[in-house]
Amino acid sequence: MNAFWIILTGSLVATCCSLLGCYLILRRMAMVGDAISHAVLPGIVIAFLLTGSRDSVPMLIGAGLLGVLTTFLIEFFHRYARVQADASIGVTFTWLFAIGIILISVYAGQVDLDQDCVLYGEIAYVPLDLWITEGGLNLGPRTVWTLAVVTMLIILYIVLGYKELFLTTFDPAYAAAIGISTSVWYYSLMTAVSITTVASFESVGAILVVAFLVAPAATAYLLTDNFKTMLLLSVVAGILASIAGYYLAVWIDGSIAGAIATVTGIEFMLAFLFSPTRGILVRKKQLQPVQH
Amino acid sequence: MREFIEFFSFADANIRFVTVGSVLLATSSAVVGCFTLLRKRALVGDAVAHAVLPGVCLAFMLSGTKNPFILLLGAFVTGWLSLITIDFITSRSRIKEDTAIALVLSVFFGIGILLLTAIQHSGNAAQSGLDKFLFGKAASLVGEDLIAFSLVAVLLLVTTILFYKELAMLCFDKAYAKTIGYPVRALELLLTTLTVFAVVVGIQAVGVVLMAAMLITPAAAARFWTDKLSLMLVLAALIGAFSGVSGAYVSYTAPAMPTGPWIVLIVSMIAILSFAFAPGKGWVSRLLRQRRNKTLILEENLLKLLYHLGEEKQDFHLPHSLQQILEKRAIPKKQVSAGLSKLRKQGYIEKTPAGWQLTLQGQRRGERVVRLHRLWELYLTQYLQLASDHVHEDAETIEHIITPELEQRLMEELDYPVLDPHSARIP
Repeated sequence: MNAFWIILTGSLVATCCSLLGCYLILRRMAMVGDAISHAVLPGIVIAFLLTGSRDSVPMLIGAGLLGVLTTFLIEFFHRYARVQADASIGVTFTWLFAIGIILISVYAGQVDLDQDCVLYGEIAYVPLDLWITEGGLNLGPRTVWTLAVVTMLIILYIVLGYKELFLTTFDPAYAAAIGISTSVWYYSLMTAVSITTVASFESVGAILVVAFLVAPAATAYLLTDNFKTMLLLSVVAGILASIAGYYLAVWIDGSIAGAIATVTGIEFMLAFLFSPTRGILVRKKQLQPVQH
Repeated sequence: MREFIEFFSFADANIRFVTVGSVLLATSSAVVGCFTLLRKRALVGDAVAHAVLPGVCLAFMLSGTKNPFILLLGAFVTGWLSLITIDFITSRSRIKEDTAIALVLSVFFGIGILLLTAIQHSGNAAQSGLDKFLFGKAASLVGEDLIAFSLVAVLLLVTTILFYKELAMLCFDKAYAKTIGYPVRALELLLTTLTVFAVVVGIQAVGVVLMAAMLITPAAAARFWTDKLSLMLVLAALIGAFSGVSGAYVSYTAPAMPTGPWIVLIVSMIAILSFAFAPGKGWVSRLLRQRRNKTLILEENLLKLLYHLGEEKQDFHLPHSLQQILEKRAIPKKQVSAGLSKLRKQGYIEKTPAGWQLTLQGQRRGERVVRLHRLWELYLTQYLQLASDHVHEDAETIEHIITPELEQRLMEELDYPVLDPHSARIP
C-alpha cells in the first residue's frame, strides 16, 4: 500500500510539473522555473513561523507571493537596473534561498524543516501522515489530498486559459494585438509554478522539482510538434518516471525523489538519441548521402 | 566589540585558517565568475555546481576514502561532463540553452542525491560529513582540506593572471581572437576547466546550491562600477574576499549560523546596493539622469518658445503672460510654471508685472536652440532629401543633443545658411 501512495504522490507531482514545464521551456524560462523553486523557501519558512503549523493553505499563499516577487525582482533588475538577464536570475534566487536557509537556522527550534528536506524532500514519509476524520475514517495521506487539489487547479487553469496561454507563449505580439494581457498570463503562470513548487516541496524538495518541471517537457518536445500532444506526452513521461523511479530507489536503497529525477534524465536521453523525428542517431541515418 | 577584536587580531590559528580559506575560495570563484558572466554564461556555473555532487559520491564509493584530492577529482570529472552535456544537447537538438542547463542541473543533482542517500543508508561509517558538500563547511575548514583547496585557489588566480589577455579577448571578441591566430578552442577549454575548478573549490565554502552566487554575484556587482576588465576582476575579488571574511566572522560570533548562506547574503546585499546606487550605471543614477534630461529639454523648449514669441513681435525682450506661453505650445501648466521659475533662478528670464521676459543671456540660449533646430531641418532636407514637412519632429529631438563641435561642422557643411526649409531665418 505504501508503494501505491508514494507512486501516486510522485505521479501527481509529475503531472502538474510537466504541464507547466511545457510552457516554461517554450517560453525559454526554464531557469526562471529553477529560480522560483529555490526562492519560495523563505516564503514557506515565514508562513510556517506566522501560523506555526505545516498547514497547506498559508504555505501555498506565502510561496505564491514569494514566487511572484521573485519573477518581479528578476524583471526589475533586468529592466530597470540593466543587469544581464542570466545574472539577474542567478543573483535573485541565490539571495532568497540564502535568506530561507538562514531563517531555518535562526528558528531551528520552531521550524520543523531540515535542510536535507529542503533539497530532496521526504516522499518516503508521505504515507505516514494520514488524514483521519473525526469519525475515524482513514482517507489516506494528507499530502496526496493537497497535491490532488493543486493538480486539479493546474489542469483547470490550463484548460480554461488554454487559448490565452497558447497565444502568449507562441506569439506574444499577436496576443497583445487582439487584447490578451501578456503580463497577466505571465504572472499567473509564475504563480502556478510557485504553488506547484510548494505543493511538491514536502515530497520532492525544492531542487528536484526542477527535474519534474523541465525533463518530461523537454522529452515530449523532442517527440512531437503538436502542442497538445506535447502536454499529454510530458504527463505520460512524468508518470512513467515516478513508477520506474520508485522501484529504482527501492532497489539501490536511496532517495526516491533522486531516483525519479534520474529516470526523467534517462527518458530524456532516450528521446534525444532515438526520437523518430529528432533523435540524433535516427537523424544521422536520414542524412547519409545516397550511394551511387 | 571584544569578539570583533578577538576575531580580527587573528590570534587563534583556527580563525586564521577559516578566514584565509574563505577569502581564497571566494576570491578565486569571483575572478573566474567575471569571465563567465561576460561570456553570458553565468548560469552554467550553477549547473556545474549541482553536477559536482554525483562525482563526489562516485569518488567516495570507488575509493572508500574522503581524501580531498580524490573527491576533488571525482567532482572535477562530473562537473566537466555536465558542461559538455549542455553544449552537446544545445548543438545537436532543438532544446534551448536554458532548458539544457536546467535539465542537466536537476538530473545530475538527482543522481547525486540518489547516490548520496544510498551511501548514507549503506551504513558505512566513513561517509559522515559527505553531505557537507550540500551546504558547505567554511567554518570547519582545517588542515589537509585547507591546504588542498588553497593550492587550487592559488593555481586558479595565477592561471587567470597568466592568460589574462587571451581570456579577455575570448570574452569580448571571439571572432577577432580567431583571426589573429589565438587557439580559441583551447582557450574555451581552459575557461571551462577554470570554471569547474572554481566551482569544485568554492563548494567547500558555500555548498552546492549557493555556489552559483559565488560565481555570478561578485562579478555582477563589480560590473556596475567599472567598464575596465582588470578593474572589474580586482573589484569582484575584493567583494568576494570581503563577504568571505564577513561570513567567517558571523559564524565565529554565532556558531549556529551557517557560514555559506551568510556569505551569499552579504555578497547579494552588496550586489543589490550596487545595482541601485552605483554611479553611472545604477538604477538611481539612471533615474536622475533621465530627470535631468527631462528638465533640460523642458527649459530649452521654454526658452525656444519665448524666442519664437519674440521673433513674431521683432522684439525679444517683451514680456509674455503665462496664458500666451500656454497658447503657443501645449505643455502642462504645472511643468511650465516650475520650469519658468527655475529659469529665472538661473538668470535666463525675468518676471515683470506684465509677464515673463527673456534676459540677454536667455535670448542667446533660446537663439541657439532655434538655430540648431533649423540647421538640422535644413541638413535633413539637403543631404537626405527628406520632404520639408517631415523634418520637424526629428529636429525637435536632436536640438537638445547637438554639441558645439557638431554645430560648427553643420554650419560649415551647409555653408553658413541664412534660411531653413520653411524659409524662416536661421539666427
